[in-house]
Amino acid sequence: SFSREAQIFVDKFEGALGKGKGKQFYAYKVMMTKKWMKFQRDFENFKTACIPWEMKIKEIESHFGSSVASYFIFLRWMYGVNMIHFGLTFGLVMLPEALMGKPYGSLPRKTVPRAEEATAMNFATLWDFSGLAQYSVLFYGYYDNQRTIGWLKFRMPLSYFLVGAGSIGYSFMIVIRTMAKNANDDGGGDDTSFNFSWKMFTSWDYLIGNPETADNKFASITTSFKEAIVEEQESRKEENIHLTRFLRVLANFLALCTLAGSGYLIFFVVRRSQQFALEGLENYGWWERNEVNTVMSLLGMFCPTLFDVISSLENYHPRIALRWQLGRIFALFLGNLYTFIIALMDEINLKVRHLRPFTLEEEKIVKYNMTIWEASLYNGTSPENSTAPPILVDPADVPRGPCWETMVGQEFVRLTVSDMMTTYITILIGDFLRAVFVRFFNYCWCWDLEYGFPSYSEFDISGNVLGLIFNQGMIWMGSFYAPCLPAINVFRLHTSMYLQCWAVMCCNVPQERVFKASRSNNFYMAMLLFILFLSTLPVVYTIVSIPPSFDCGPFSGKTRMFEVIGETLELDFPSWFGKVFGYASNPGLILSFVLLMV
Amino acid sequence: VYRLHGRYHEMAPNVVPMDYTKDPDVKLPMQLIINMPELKENPFKERIVESFSDDGEGSLSFNDFVDMFSVLSEMAPRELKAVYAFKIYDFNTDNFICKEDLEKTLNKLTKEELTEEEITLVCEKVIEEADMDGDGKLGFADFENMISKAPDFLRYCFKEK
Repeated sequence: SFSREAQIFVDKFEGALGKGKGKQFYAYKVMMTKKWMKFQRDFENFKTACIPWEMKIKEIESHFGSSVASYFIFLRWMYGVNMIHFGLTFGLVMLPEALMGKPYGSLPRKTVPRAEEATAMNFATLWDFSGLAQYSVLFYGYYDNQRTIGWLKFRMPLSYFLVGAGSIGYSFMIVIRTMAKNANDDGGGDDTSFNFSWKMFTSWDYLIGNPETADNKFASITTSFKEAIVEEQESRKEENIHLTRFLRVLANFLALCTLAGSGYLIFFVVRRSQQFALEGLENYGWWERNEVNTVMSLLGMFCPTLFDVISSLENYHPRIALRWQLGRIFALFLGNLYTFIIALMDEINLKVRHLRPFTLEEEKIVKYNMTIWEASLYNGTSPENSTAPPILVDPADVPRGPCWETMVGQEFVRLTVSDMMTTYITILIGDFLRAVFVRFFNYCWCWDLEYGFPSYSEFDISGNVLGLIFNQGMIWMGSFYAPCLPAINVFRLHTSMYLQCWAVMCCNVPQERVFKASRSNNFYMAMLLFILFLSTLPVVYTIVSIPPSFDCGPFSGKTRMFEVIGETLELDFPSWFGKVFGYASNPGLILSFVLLMV
Repeated sequence: VYRLHGRYHEMAPNVVPMDYTKDPDVKLPMQLIINMPELKENPFKERIVESFSDDGEGSLSFNDFVDMFSVLSEMAPRELKAVYAFKIYDFNTDNFICKEDLEKTLNKLTKEELTEEEITLVCEKVIEEADMDGDGKLGFADFENMISKAPDFLRYCFKEK
């Protein structure tokens, strides 16, 4: 029998070890091979343990399926990208300015104006990112336009510009690279022969000795079977083609109506808010002031549910239904984003039109006024005669010019923070409180809460993925004007990972039809790329077309922001280099190059 | 082998002698063996022990014990593993994996979480995929043909501790 043969084999082996020197070397070789294999396995384990949150994600995958896990894997990838972005802005922009730049209070642009000083340290002001927070390294306006700072002669404006451009370029590169990598992996295909047989006979891991791991393994095997069963059922389904087609056309029509309706609503609300702004915002209460934001958030909350209901008409494979859902919500959020940008542009235009005096010639007038004011401190000395020794003026008292970049940065930061708060509160109320309510009130309620309405919630993949993507779009747009934005986002993603992992395991139930996420996340990546392109367009536009504020930021005093490069080339590089670059730096060329890259 | 003997001995110190030169006839019952930490969480522990046991009831002599660990170790050849895997999954020991065997395997793997129709669907699919000679159940040839193409089979092996 086989066991006898195996025993003889083992005996031979044992005997061979005892005799002669050649056999000793062989034994040594065998031992080294064993040690090497053990080392390789330990190293693999170590590498896996180093990947952050790997255990959490595996646990979620085994209970909820690969599609829910793919959201968390996407979140983790985003966290990595944001960490690098944060490293760049913190290390090359915020830190040098904090360590080597002129300190707070030394320049007018770095000081809280006298008028606001009383409230500068209030929590409400800080939460709104004005007051002390506004006049710090967190925002564009704080940075001085000196060419070099500190003993290292660190070129601050150049660094600011390059970090902005570099982080955008890096983001493009990494998204495209990930897409290419995923496209390669996808070549395997989902239909393999012996699918079910392999699942049945080879999925148990005989090395498991820990009961918790065993529990997870059982759950993951069950989920894997369920996924395969769904695939099989979908492929066997018979269809009544005409009815299905009609229903799908109807569903698309309804979706279009919803989108059009929401677009019109936003347009209407933005118009109203412009009217309010013209009449002065102090006359209105909280609702009117925040109308646009609230309406956008409400639309973002209710329309996806509407789309969900519509999609039940369509009867698609769950993976395809998810894609349609994602596409529609994407269109919805795009409309919201577009309107938000219009509103912001309008606000800038409004302020600029209102303060149109502050164009080039009027800048001179303001500077003249400032000199007169300074001179008036000399008790009536004529302004043209400035030979008197300068009197020390407290920077807080100097009148300021407008600083639209900081204002834009503040808007983005406020939006990110409010988005973060909304997400957390929605999770806590929508998932946690709901689960608590269903669990405890089930005993004294007329109908079965767990199976009927409202029951436990499922994890909303499409909503969360799109929220993540649009949030990232905001960050890309805003980080040029507010270097603190990547830092805030890193914090947000970190806490979000823990909060959502906990919420999923504790309050959600797996979907009824668990389906396998297609191996490539290229769908998410494609959307991300599109958003990246959309969000860098406004930034590029402002860099090449709008003059920077004359009174704040690292580019003040120049006619265009990108002139800092020309300046560096002139003064730091050999002259021929400057000529070549002069030809290449035509803004039109740069814009088309950027477009081509995409 | 000495380590294995140590483990075998510590499971029932009063029964297992330290001295094996006289080749005594000592067998340990199944209950003791399936409580070993390596086997405790395994859903197929009873089947594993039964397939290595000479008398078919699950008691292992020391020879059987060594056989079991050697087949499950990394050094064993693939064909040998396939033979024993087939024995493990063949619950009614008729040398064929029939539908009832498949159902039992599936229930052990998923801890009975699947519904009746899901179980039937899976078993039908398995037979459809792997049955080459069309007799409605898996013979050893079918099993080996399917297993040899599986990428994961060699990975899940037992390490000698």
